[in-house]
Amino acid sequence: MKNKKISGAEAVVHSLLNEDVDLIWGYPGGAIMPVYDELYEFQDKLKHILARHEQGAIHAAQGYARSSGRVGVAIATSGPGATNLVTGIADAQIDSTPIVCITGQVSSHLLGSDAFQETDIIGISMPVTKWNYQITKASEIPEVFAKAFYIAKSGRPGPVLIDITKDAQFELFDYKYSKCKGIRSYNPLPTISNSSIDNAVELINNAKNPFIVWGQGVILGNAEKEFKDFVEKSGIPAAWTILGLSALPTSHELNVGMVGMHGNYGPNILTNKCDLLIAIGMRFDDRVTGDPKSYASQAKIIHLDIDPAEINKNIKVDVPVIGDCKESLKLITNKIQKKSYDKWISRFDDLMKIEFEKVINSDLNPKKDGITMGESIIAINEFTNGDAIIVTDVGQHQMVACRYANFIKSKSNITSGGLGTMGFALPAAMGAKMGALNREVVAVIGDGGYQMTIQELGTIFQQQIPVKIVVLNNDFLGMVRQWQQLFFDKRYASTEMVNPDFVAIAKGYYLDSERVKDRKNLKPAVERMIKSKKPFVLEICVEKENNVFPMIPSGASVSDVRLN
Amino acid sequence: MEKKINYTISVYTENNVGLLHRLSAIFLKRHINIESFTTSECEIKDVFRFIIVVIMSKEDVENIAKQIEKQVEVIKVYFHTDHETIFQETALYKMKSSSLFEEKHIQNIIKESNARIVTVNPDFFVIEKTGFRDDTDKLYENLEEYGLLQFTRSGRIAVSKEKMGISEILNTFKNQK
Repeated sequence: MKNKKISGAEAVVHSLLNEDVDLIWGYPGGAIMPVYDELYEFQDKLKHILARHEQGAIHAAQGYARSSGRVGVAIATSGPGATNLVTGIADAQIDSTPIVCITGQVSSHLLGSDAFQETDIIGISMPVTKWNYQITKASEIPEVFAKAFYIAKSGRPGPVLIDITKDAQFELFDYKYSKCKGIRSYNPLPTISNSSIDNAVELINNAKNPFIVWGQGVILGNAEKEFKDFVEKSGIPAAWTILGLSALPTSHELNVGMVGMHGNYGPNILTNKCDLLIAIGMRFDDRVTGDPKSYASQAKIIHLDIDPAEINKNIKVDVPVIGDCKESLKLITNKIQKKSYDKWISRFDDLMKIEFEKVINSDLNPKKDGITMGESIIAINEFTNGDAIIVTDVGQHQMVACRYANFIKSKSNITSGGLGTMGFALPAAMGAKMGALNREVVAVIGDGGYQMTIQELGTIFQQQIPVKIVVLNNDFLGMVRQWQQLFFDKRYASTEMVNPDFVAIAKGYYLDSERVKDRKNLKPAVERMIKSKKPFVLEICVEKENNVFPMIPSGASVSDVRLN
Repeated sequence: MEKKINYTISVYTENNVGLLHRLSAIFLKRHINIESFTTSECEIKDVFRFIIVVIMSKEDVENIAKQIEKQVEVIKVYFHTDHETIFQETALYKMKSSSLFEEKHIQNIIKESNARIVTVNPDFFVIEKTGFRDDTDKLYENLEEYGLLQFTRSGRIAVSKEKMGISEILNTFKNQK
């Protein structure tokens, strides 16, 4: 290999191998054909999975990244191939998922000529990528790929896009690869200041009713153990944002549930009663804070985050602790006193009792004949023992799944949080399975989102990816319908869905599939699905017009959370 | 609400195709109007400097400065009020040459405003004025009645009163390596 000239296309494959990539997702086309030709050559070392749509490829790469903790890679051609990646790139940007996208581009002499399948993907993707770069010379490939992987996975992770002109893929050059160790204009790991640790420790030691809200930063920072140590020594009740879910087991005695729009009653109410809020690896999204003016305004706030731009962005904080939370949590835990807050925690318990009576009981033990989404999730818990990766789409089923699914391991909750991308779950689930082959992966999807990327059943069939797909079908775009019911006078504008035969569609892809309409068949069907070693589509026909509660109406204060 | 005032944001960056787009997109996403945008080399080889003038509250400018600094190819961002910077703008005024000789006031205006004639030819002449916005505006008002063929004004260029330690930042990185 030494000193032998290779093509840019071959260099792309070598660069991926040098970054320890063994699986990529994509869709071929004119401007990326030289790279595909090399993928054919190296298929024993680098597996390529053909999606049915580029959006499917990138969501699969995201699911892969989220379940494995590695960088996901998606590849597409120029023009429509590239633009079809954009939703997934935006999703990965807002949910901090490490992704490298490779797009083909027309030859450099054609740039700007409106050539066939030319699009300015660099310009289009710029606001939604952590970094992007257009390669027009083969010699740029090694350095740009090394930088791309370094940037995607370091600091606060995110998506990177590399656009490669077709002539650069053909061009021959001397290939030499060295991994990126640093970029002078980029500081992914800010130094933790001692004074910030001391200030945080002082507030924690003096708090009467402290409260922790953690987010995905704990998972992205591989800080689950440090986080658990901190929670246990401090004795402070802890609640999660939707993306923080699974970093601490559901059953942990200090895990008090979810915050935010459809979060638990207690954590939302008590956000506005605590005297100290410790926010860890979360970004005060509006779905978490409700009205920011009244959010925890009585409390001192400590904010641990690796991204300085998150400090004081949405909520003013008293003590920012900028840096890797794996380190900062350790430093804080060492210095705090061991404590417990029985009286304060009993207030969470009391509010949980109210939530159980008013919401949870009827979700899980319904009096009516129709199956609820809640009992469907409980059935999944029963047969997976809470050990599965649950991949959800966006909407009512997502909130219900996050509220009721049990988790014992981290990286087990995969969902589109920030962007709220319907159509995410099916492709993300096949990616998640490929990223964690020894784990059960269950996708829970609504009938709306399922049909946005339903074509990926083809990928699942061709690759025989053994994911379990649960379609919670209420023949409605349920979350929008719920809002129409509550805030738009029940004017159900374009939310009712006349659905096809989902079982027939699955069977059309030669996948095992069942439909459940009656409660008595629910558990047996879920059991058959989980026990199956093959991909399986289970359609559960659920109550059509159930609502998700608790709910904080948009723009209201977290303490105005409603139970009905 | 916090008062909105002029801020001069200085952005030190690597020289990279497309960075202009990346920076302007940060303002676009937040629906913030840019008053002035200038780019040039700076005192360090291969480092570029964008000077962006916006009218914002302190809280907002702090947040946007962090969003800019977060970009991979941005080395460092500073922001300053007008009091904390030395800044200038340059304006060019093109007029008919005949008016220079027929309207003797024009020569007085040029003299009094400390402006400079850059070029004169049989058809037109060009006046240049460097100063604050008020200065170039005032000259515009004074010349307007005599007929301006063209007028243009540059973005703000500025240097800060405080030190901006870009070389130190770059050296730290070199030493870490």
